[in-house]
Amino acid sequence: MQQGDTIAAIATPPGEGGIGIVRLSGRTALEVAERVFCAASGRELASYDNYRAVYGHIVTEAGETIDEALALIMRAPHSYTCEDVVELQCHGGPMPLRRTLGLCLAAGARMAESGEFTKRAFLNGRLDLAQAASVMDVISARTNRALRLASGHLAGHFSERIRGLRGRLLEQISHIEATIDFPEDGVEDVVEDELRQTLAAVRQEIAAMLATAHTGRILREGLETAIIGRPNVGKSSLLNALLREERAIVTDIPGTTRDAIAEYADVSGVPLHIIDTAGIRETDDVVERLGVERSRAAAEQAALVLALFDGSSPLTAEDSTIMELAARAGQNVILLLTKADLPAVTTPDDLRRALADTVQMDDAADGASAPAIIRISTAADTGLDELAAAIKDIAYTGAAEGAEDYFVSDERQAAILRAADRELAAAEDTLVQGIGLDFVSIDIRSGWESLGELIGETIGDDIIDDIFSRFCIGK
Amino acid sequence: MPTGTFVAGDYDVIVIGAGHAGCEAALAAARIGCRTLLATLSMDNIALMPCNPSVGGPAKGHLVRELDALGGEMGVNADKTCIQFRMLNTGKGPAVHALRAQADKKLYQFTMKETCENTPNLDVKQILITDLLLEDSAESRKKVTGVVVETGEIYTARAIVMATGTYLRGRIIIGEHTYTGGPNGQRAAMSFSQSLKEAGVRLMRFKTGTPARVDARTLDYDKMELQPGDTEARNFSFMSDITTREQHPCYLTYTNEATHKILRDNMDRAPMANGIIEGVGPRYCPAIETKILRFPDKKRHQLFLEPEGLHTNEMYVQGMSTSMPMDVQIAFLHTIPGLEHAHVMRAGYAIEYDCIDPTQLKATLEFKNIRGFFSAGQSNGTSGYEEAAAQGIMAGINAAMLIKGEEPLVLKRSEGYIGVLIDDLVTKGTHEPYRMMTSRAEYRLLLRQDNADARLTPLGRRVGLVSDARWQRFTSKQQHIREALGALQAITLTPGEKVNEALRAAGWGDIHTVTTLYDLMRRPGATYVRAIAVYDACRAAAVVPETSPELPLLTGEEAEEVEITIRYEGYIAKQREQVERMERLESQLLPEDIDYADVPSLRDEAREKLADIRPRSVGQAGRISGVSPADVSVLLVYLEQQRRQSKGDE
Repeated sequence: MQQGDTIAAIATPPGEGGIGIVRLSGRTALEVAERVFCAASGRELASYDNYRAVYGHIVTEAGETIDEALALIMRAPHSYTCEDVVELQCHGGPMPLRRTLGLCLAAGARMAESGEFTKRAFLNGRLDLAQAASVMDVISARTNRALRLASGHLAGHFSERIRGLRGRLLEQISHIEATIDFPEDGVEDVVEDELRQTLAAVRQEIAAMLATAHTGRILREGLETAIIGRPNVGKSSLLNALLREERAIVTDIPGTTRDAIAEYADVSGVPLHIIDTAGIRETDDVVERLGVERSRAAAEQAALVLALFDGSSPLTAEDSTIMELAARAGQNVILLLTKADLPAVTTPDDLRRALADTVQMDDAADGASAPAIIRISTAADTGLDELAAAIKDIAYTGAAEGAEDYFVSDERQAAILRAADRELAAAEDTLVQGIGLDFVSIDIRSGWESLGELIGETIGDDIIDDIFSRFCIGK
Repeated sequence: MPTGTFVAGDYDVIVIGAGHAGCEAALAAARIGCRTLLATLSMDNIALMPCNPSVGGPAKGHLVRELDALGGEMGVNADKTCIQFRMLNTGKGPAVHALRAQADKKLYQFTMKETCENTPNLDVKQILITDLLLEDSAESRKKVTGVVVETGEIYTARAIVMATGTYLRGRIIIGEHTYTGGPNGQRAAMSFSQSLKEAGVRLMRFKTGTPARVDARTLDYDKMELQPGDTEARNFSFMSDITTREQHPCYLTYTNEATHKILRDNMDRAPMANGIIEGVGPRYCPAIETKILRFPDKKRHQLFLEPEGLHTNEMYVQGMSTSMPMDVQIAFLHTIPGLEHAHVMRAGYAIEYDCIDPTQLKATLEFKNIRGFFSAGQSNGTSGYEEAAAQGIMAGINAAMLIKGEEPLVLKRSEGYIGVLIDDLVTKGTHEPYRMMTSRAEYRLLLRQDNADARLTPLGRRVGLVSDARWQRFTSKQQHIREALGALQAITLTPGEKVNEALRAAGWGDIHTVTTLYDLMRRPGATYVRAIAVYDACRAAAVVPETSPELPLLTGEEAEEVEITIRYEGYIAKQREQVERMERLESQLLPEDIDYADVPSLRDEAREKLADIRPRSVGQAGRISGVSPADVSVLLVYLEQQRRQSKGDE
């Protein structure tokens, strides 16, 4: 039985179920788990038997507790992959789960490629005949999905950026390689200062991209979203409509969690973290005062406010309060006129005026651009696309501070960028040590290849082609 | 007796062509014990060097060391006959250090000829082969049975290696003048291509070229830069012990605007540009006229004047390959400092020739569809003596393995440049004459020239090509290295005035914790010799335990190996990990009779490419352009499924 290097991934689909699992597999799975997991008993994980669920916490190196968790140990070959496997079962929803994964990667695991656990299971002869047949279909389906995702909204700017960085690295690699392979062909020497500058510049840009992974955590951890409105305005229907897109509804499984779990909706690739969904459901039909209070609390917490007004009836005093909440918040706001399938009583112009009055009254006009006003009907399924588009606009342009035209949107991308950065840092280090440009070239090449993974560019004869197009070489 | 019925001889293996590939193939097969015939167009041109006089250089020198480690001849032959040696890239890491030598061309040929003629089991004959004899074999494959000679006689054999170089339908081009022929005024082989086509072999048309040779007495050496060889004697072969050698220099000079103007003004007469030449030429060895076209901004191009041998005045004008008409050749040469009055002794020329598409071959270099038929060298679409020789030895070994009914030898990409070379050829094919480069090897740090023996000599021994003498030398070297590494790890130094004094004397600086000599060897500039000095000083001062082991005395090569192993341990370990990851896919072999139409979920493009290339392993499949990682996963699952099925059937 062969054990590969240690891979990690979130093994549960996003937002599905109260428990999320980070799975580790490979030679050092136990060691990696040991570094991120602290058993309540104080004992080492390695001291436990197979299949024991160990209670404890996910803890950062600095000692911060991320989540309460169970660690399940399965030693080779008695695991899915036939390698040492540790599953960390976390409770706290998507954010702690992602942080847990991040810790595992920092502790020496590598981000698993799509389908890699299954692939290892095959390589180690784990799956049976019927499973094998069905998995083949899954692999091709998964690839298609990945391809679709890759060609989606993010691809354009992001790939362009990465391609630019790779181009600059390739130039350096092929220059070094040309001097190695053709030492007698009069290829001018590599200027180490220039090389250093290029490496520094590329690393800086990677750092900037990684920074979007923090500031633009919208895409990773969800846009905190409040759905506010007076009772019966359609909050609950909207919530259901949003969640339907994701198909998966997060439910509170008794006994597994301490806090209320937020609902998590994927709207055209933008994850919405919807605040106080229980409140939305309750207040949509009953207690009025509580409704406004809860809306106020939600709006204060939110980065995006979806303010709902009933288009089939005139604006009320409560609506004014809601409008105040929306206008005051100073965050991103989308005004929704619900029940668009019924005869219109309140129009978008009415809303605009109401908003203008509120802003004047508030004296808070700070030149923010006017919020979008969209008429929707969940019954007739109209306006939802428009809403999705408006949310995307906010996620990709306005809201994310510091982000420019690209985002590092998931942990895999971030992991690859960090890996590329490590390789380039190694190249800088190698350069300082002066042990030879061929070593530097190997480091840069690893970084260049890593970046290629981000945009699905395979390793080919690029380097050799570049050498011949740029240097005059020959006997 | 009618033509085609007289059987003049029967052999296990026939090698067609006695160039660098053919000689290695024939020597390997014969040394392994096969009755072998080496067929050449001309007994006077065995191991001819029709292009430059040099052997080795980056990646090429690595190939020579590797084929030597397997028990090949090129390294030994070059060591005996070269008149200048230089170690290149010494300013870079040990993985790209590369030995390059200048051969005395005639001496090189005669020495190789002598070796071939005197090798048991090997016959050398001057015959021109026109046809391949085939018969039907199992599973719609054919198999070889022999060859027909132009004079009508037949030689029968069970394995045939074609190593036809640039001779198949060879065509020489000098300006407007063209004629059929091989390099250096030799005959071409005009019929064999047709026989190949009839056997179903796909051919390509490639082109290469060579510069003029000028008379050494007509050069002005004051205007050129002297390029001497290294003072320290080096050898390609792990078996050579040559320590002194007379070194003969080369000379460096440059083209200038006047040279370029002549070439530009006559570009309409360049066969490259005016359509006379149709074959595809290499990018790394372009004719000077191509360089001018492709790099118009470059103010000058360098050229080397290299002696062709000790008994000739011919000097090779390296860098000035051309097929321009003679008046242009002479005119542009005379614009170059040092060559103003040069007499041209031989013209530069281009040569076009037929070669095979190497994706028709297995990694053993046997044709997929013709049992017993192998191909090696320039006729596989490569360029360079070293690339040819490396394929030759592998084809010879595998022909012999076929005869003996033993496992073929296929080198992995992680085992040698030879593995990279052949894997590239049979997996990706080539669209221009293929040259080996270090940047083609993904595990460069493991594939150093210094450890070629550690990588390959055991494999050469397995196939019966490594002599007892070589094996003994190898095992004792490895043992010394192991002993030294073990001792360095076992010797610990404890910080103290006397220890630090010894360290300072070696230029290593103080230690503050207990440290092994092994760890100290990681320090910049640390050498084994200094480690011994430090250790001796410590022992003299009695600051190491008496039970500490001896440090064995090592040869320079052994010490170098120890130093590299320790100094680059981290990098080497990293590459080994990468290899390990790849190896898992390499070890998943695809059955030879796999029908890709039966594999569900493959994409159409992948299905087509796989059916065409017929990779040996899943790892190789993944390197075919057009086969995606998802297709690789599908293949893995399919294989697993088949395995279980067959297990279930038992």
